[in-house]
Amino acid sequence: MLDLLYSLTSFLPESLQTIIIILVKIAVLLIPLLLGVAYLTYAERKIIGYMQVRIGPNRVGPRGWLQPIADAVKLMFKEIVIPNFANKFLFLLAPVLSIGTALAAWAVVPFNAELVLADVNAGLLYILAMTSVGVYGVIIAGWASNSKYAMLSALRASAQIVSYEIAMGFALVGVLMASRSLNLGDIVIGQSGGIYHWYLLPLFPLFVVYFISGVAETNRAPFDVAEGESEIVAGFHVEYSGMAFSIFFLAEYANMILISMLASLMFLGGWLSPFEGIEIIQNSSLAFIGTASIGWLLAKAAFLLLLFLWFRATFPRYRYDQIMRLGWKVFIPITIVWIFVIGLMYYWQIGPWFTH
Amino acid sequence: MTEAIIFYLFSTVAVVSALMMISVRNPVRAAFYLVLSFFASAIIWLLLQAEFLAIVLVLVYVGAVMVLFLFVVMMLDLNIVEKESGFTRYFPIGIMLAAITFFSIYYVLGQKESGMDVFQSQPLSTAASHVEGYSNTKELGKLLYSEYVYAFEIAAMLLLVAIVAAISLTYRRRPKTRHQNPDLQVSARHEDRIRIVKIPVEERK
Repeated sequence: MLDLLYSLTSFLPESLQTIIIILVKIAVLLIPLLLGVAYLTYAERKIIGYMQVRIGPNRVGPRGWLQPIADAVKLMFKEIVIPNFANKFLFLLAPVLSIGTALAAWAVVPFNAELVLADVNAGLLYILAMTSVGVYGVIIAGWASNSKYAMLSALRASAQIVSYEIAMGFALVGVLMASRSLNLGDIVIGQSGGIYHWYLLPLFPLFVVYFISGVAETNRAPFDVAEGESEIVAGFHVEYSGMAFSIFFLAEYANMILISMLASLMFLGGWLSPFEGIEIIQNSSLAFIGTASIGWLLAKAAFLLLLFLWFRATFPRYRYDQIMRLGWKVFIPITIVWIFVIGLMYYWQIGPWFTH
Repeated sequence: MTEAIIFYLFSTVAVVSALMMISVRNPVRAAFYLVLSFFASAIIWLLLQAEFLAIVLVLVYVGAVMVLFLFVVMMLDLNIVEKESGFTRYFPIGIMLAAITFFSIYYVLGQKESGMDVFQSQPLSTAASHVEGYSNTKELGKLLYSEYVYAFEIAAMLLLVAIVAAISLTYRRRPKTRHQNPDLQVSARHEDRIRIVKIPVEERK
């Protein structure tokens, strides 16, 4: 596939050829991702519908399958209203920053041992940096909208995101201590050898902290005070309409998929099979479920995404001071204690995880 | 060639945005220009294959420090600083400080042993090239925790002391404010709140 592309573009100068091939790779990554985002919104409405004993969207296309397409078309043809006295440049830059960072983080996500856009040494740090820059989308949107509601919500949301980033960063420190690498591919390979070798077991508290911080980072229920309808109408994007609004929406869902993907890469063995190394399975006709494949990664990420939706359907919204308390006074101490525990486990070489 | 283009492009962005940062009237815009300048410097560091420093610059300064900066600036609502308030008065001091900073940086970086002189003789790309499998993060970690471990730990302690001092200086307990105690709220049981009283059924007369 890639060879064909190289031969097709061989008449071009080398630097131009490299750029074209990188662009093609980006497109190959982003098109399924954006489709995934579109159908995640559909899945969300359907699943929450079923949880609340409703049917969910079922009018557009067979069983409502074309609903996300219809939504996209509707949003694209709506007018983008720019409020009076708003800073036009920053107002339009904010959604771009949100989606840009949400998509740029995908560059270092590996899908199997070879399939990765940019095999960066410090991949984990890069992802942390990208998600921390994403907060500017929120702040700039709130400030440039020239609206009290948007401003208050931006302050609230960004304080929340910055606070949970610390707990998230500490959780990642635990992962890199266990795997001794910042490269996501190496982290997954460090977990090979069946379900018992995954970092889920020794790093279980960090997994919980990471995932809940991920929910808070993406401003999802039950931590969605950024858009608390009861107090501040719709949050930092209250002044946005049409495509500008839906870009924030896309960024939120792309971030959700990213968090699920990363959690499955770092704690759930990524593309490795949970049945790896079991002889009965390897010798039977079901050998394919014992081998590593991208399907496992997608299945794990899909399960974590289901948790996102499940949380939204189940939990009532947190109060703001309790969100802050959870982040600072519960999660950060837990992660620090557990990093110390990992140090001890390393020292005594416990289990298959710390015997290098 | 490509590297030279990228270098000049982003160093121009860094310098111009730094100039804009100090000359723009609106403090929020000034903060955004500072963010842009940080970004451009991070990219220049990436060109030197110092990926750890570049990413940490973005992570710490752009992702955390500047967010808090923006917070303060947005909350204070200083809107537009008055035109040239004391600009001429502080100009000589500013120039002096800038000159001292410039010469102290030059004194450190201009030395032969700091390795900066290689850039004069070699192009950027070869000066910073490393062997296959070189990890900037690992090398920095090794240096920080072996050769410079005392300096590193002292810096960490200083930062910790600064954090404690900043919090204890600004934190004041007001005697009359009332707080909720989430621990008590969470641990409340329905037995403490509700008393179910059994009332015997009476016959209707």
